[in-house]
Amino acid sequence: MSTMNTVGRPTTPNAVSEKPATLTGARGLLQDEALIFESDGWGKTGVDLPEPKTDGGDLGDLVRADPIGLPGLSEPEAMRHYVRLSQKNHAIDLAVYPLGSCTMKHNPRLNEKMARLPGFSDIHPLQPQSTVQGALELMDSLSHWLTTLTGMPAVALSPKAGAHGELCGLMAIRAAHRAAGHGLRSDNPRNKVLVPTSAHGTNPATAAFVGYQVVEVKQTDDGRVDVADLASKLGDDVAAIMVTNPNTCGLFERDILEISRLTHEAGAYFYCDGANFNAIVGRVRPGDLGVDAMHINLHKTFSTPHGGGGPGAGPVVLSEALAPFAPAPWVVGGKDGFRLIEREEGDAAQAFGRLCAFQGQMGMYVRALSYMMSHGSDGLRQVAEDAVLNANYIKARLSDVMSAAFPNGPCMHEALFDDTWLKGTDVTTLDFAKAMIDEGFHPMTMYFPLVVHGAMLIEPTETESKAELDRFIAAMRALAGAAKAGDVDRFKGAPFHAPMRRLDETRAARSPVLRWTAPEGTNRAA
Amino acid sequence: MRYLPLTPDDRTAMLAAIGAKSVDDLFVDVPEAARRDGVVDLPRVMGELEVERALKRMAGKNTVAGDVPFFCGAGAYRHHVPATVDHIIQRSEFLTSYTPYQPEIAQGTLQYLYEFQTQVANLTGMPVANASLYDGSTAMAEGVLMATRVTRRNKAVISGGVHPHYVAATETVVHAMGVETQVLAPAVDGEAEVIGQIGPDTACVVVQTPNIFGTATDVSKIAEAAQAAGALLIVVVTEAASMGLLKSPGEMGADIVAAEGQSIGNALNFGGPYVGLFATRDKLVRQTPGRYCGETVDAEGRRGFVLTLSTREQHIRRDKATSNICTNSGLCTLAFSVHMSLLGETGLRRLALLNHEKAVATRDAVAAVPGVEVLTPRFFNEFAVRLPSDATEVVDQLAERGILAGVPYGRLNPGAGMEDVLLIAATETTTDDDISALKSALAEVL
Repeated sequence: MSTMNTVGRPTTPNAVSEKPATLTGARGLLQDEALIFESDGWGKTGVDLPEPKTDGGDLGDLVRADPIGLPGLSEPEAMRHYVRLSQKNHAIDLAVYPLGSCTMKHNPRLNEKMARLPGFSDIHPLQPQSTVQGALELMDSLSHWLTTLTGMPAVALSPKAGAHGELCGLMAIRAAHRAAGHGLRSDNPRNKVLVPTSAHGTNPATAAFVGYQVVEVKQTDDGRVDVADLASKLGDDVAAIMVTNPNTCGLFERDILEISRLTHEAGAYFYCDGANFNAIVGRVRPGDLGVDAMHINLHKTFSTPHGGGGPGAGPVVLSEALAPFAPAPWVVGGKDGFRLIEREEGDAAQAFGRLCAFQGQMGMYVRALSYMMSHGSDGLRQVAEDAVLNANYIKARLSDVMSAAFPNGPCMHEALFDDTWLKGTDVTTLDFAKAMIDEGFHPMTMYFPLVVHGAMLIEPTETESKAELDRFIAAMRALAGAAKAGDVDRFKGAPFHAPMRRLDETRAARSPVLRWTAPEGTNRAA
Repeated sequence: MRYLPLTPDDRTAMLAAIGAKSVDDLFVDVPEAARRDGVVDLPRVMGELEVERALKRMAGKNTVAGDVPFFCGAGAYRHHVPATVDHIIQRSEFLTSYTPYQPEIAQGTLQYLYEFQTQVANLTGMPVANASLYDGSTAMAEGVLMATRVTRRNKAVISGGVHPHYVAATETVVHAMGVETQVLAPAVDGEAEVIGQIGPDTACVVVQTPNIFGTATDVSKIAEAAQAAGALLIVVVTEAASMGLLKSPGEMGADIVAAEGQSIGNALNFGGPYVGLFATRDKLVRQTPGRYCGETVDAEGRRGFVLTLSTREQHIRRDKATSNICTNSGLCTLAFSVHMSLLGETGLRRLALLNHEKAVATRDAVAAVPGVEVLTPRFFNEFAVRLPSDATEVVDQLAERGILAGVPYGRLNPGAGMEDVLLIAATETTTDDDISALKSALAEVL
């Protein structure tokens, strides 16, 4: 019997009863939101524009006559649609987002504000250079920070993402070999790129994209590049090695100096995948390790937002040997201010070409510089130290209930576990990950790197507090306990409490439905 | 430091839990020769106020497009973006989420990607569009590579009307793959010239409409000629808003559309980030680069969305992938999609007509200036003029008078003998006063 107040309103909940399904498909505040194409907005618009004085008649047959098929929403409807959708997403601003190799750290809002200054956001890429001196100064300043932090002499800013940066690095390497007379020719082919098995998928994809043959390098039992195997595969047919450091197992390559020495001795270049630069920024300079080219994911180490999958930015720092081949455009400073060299000429005569229209991801440059300036050299060093400390703390606190893939010695910015500890439980890495969702956390990276069975790669980043880490650790320990106690149903059907239950990915791939189409008998375009 | 939550006490307690004496113990794997003790030689930590001051100082040195009469285009267009767009893309759940690899807690991102794909497909008139590429220029490069995979041929014929930056970005990448390109001489109204160059080894022909000179072209005949020869037609569009007025590439027979979507929802941003639109025919989907979002159901049979067809992609296929791309233009696609949802067909058509109207008015104004010859016969919101002197010098002189008069073609393609050609764009943001200012200033300097 519930307690009533004076007007008869119950003030204590009723006794708990079975949870009935809702009548509308909604789940409390979570609406079952239709597609915009299923709304009734075919004639509607949410933008008030003046009546045009032309009907385009001067363009004759070029005018589009048939319906296009684009519904419109008024502003309040649009706001609701997208806010409802947003509430079905996990986000860093909600809880730890421990995706290994992805560096999901806090995105400072100052950076957003700075990128929206009209002096950066409302300038055209092809305005006269005299009218964009501040923009060129910002690019020059960003270059200075990146080259100083990496100990490298030059940087190509324009690559639009990490994989685009890899492309940039390998193209520079290819151009350097070609300039030295080692093109992809039969007499001295240098047509191979060595890539460890633990590499990101983009590494072999990029090497193949540029026309290289990919040769895999083995890994040692302690999760590092097998230097003997590498040495045996290096030769005058090798153009470059691509090594991630810290590597995808979350470990620093102890033999990195030997690796770069052997590589250079063989006449090859050392491409470093800089995805994990966050672990060492301010403490180790890749230039001191013998690196010739390394992309920096501004959306990882320097906190430009991941935005649900982009836009990224992947500037590439280059050694003395590769710098002349950096793609256009280049920013150069002189007594008359800054200047863009927009093609292969002058100082940039050996540039290998151009990777994209215009100057690359200016909006990301502003955010990254704002982030770097905020931290300063001391703050950035602290970033690396706290990122590594947080990862080691997680590893230490979970190693008794889960199996660390490389238990001996410290990890860097991410802690890697395998699925040995799940043996006999009938729970897989995937099941475990999906159960984490029910506990309010985004799963860690799973089944990557490929060299560890059932891998679970946890990267907390430096922007997690100890309290949030403890909350995460407690949840992981509770789940591990449940798995070992035979509470299999909790995992097999998970998630139960998310906006959606587990989705059928096989069905999506087998008969792809990649767009909305009007139901038969209706008269909407396409 | 305001972004770092750990306190000195936290650090001490955590090191104790780990069993390390100091944080240096965690960096023991770094070779001694590469360890750095002090901080690098860069400024120290700064408060918000100081960072704002420093960056505002730089921003203040630039001439803001919205503050002056502004006529630059050539692949980047200044449109008015509703305030709602920027608010929505800054929602934490969109801004600070990752690629939707865990669909159960990423339906927000996935549903808008599905809506985006449908919007782009309908806008371009194509059956299917992906979840976006980096920008229009890289989309063109990917399109050419895709055409070589589909046709197993090795040559691209590229019209002289394609944006020179797009050509350079494409050639840089496809030459590395051993693909041959034939780029025709620049011609204001010469898209159809590609027809004469199609041969048995042609994988694709690439044309642009409206082209870099603003000329709008019905490419149907080019499509027929290409397809009759077993080649694909790639249509490049650098001004997405044009498809609100002009026949879509799909209606004219395109096999692949590689377009820049910046115009819808995205600011100029000095050239990036932008959003590459990539659309094609159903049967070619498995040869395409980039991400797709597809429809499926969850364990309870409810409709939901997932990333799909990933067996083409690098994280599965590694060196056999269709591209090395590992991302899309996330937030820029959202900005595009929100703006397009607000516009709807009604708003888009109106927006497009307003652009055309302003460009026609601008053309009429500058055509009346002695010495100016209008070159572009049919255009959407941009046209080329020949000036009696070097266009770069004229643009610089007008910039000194506070007018951004357009883009000299010679800046994009020097040495083509078109140093006297100026590209002038107008949009719905162009006012009558802007047009008068351009006209009188041009008359003064010529």
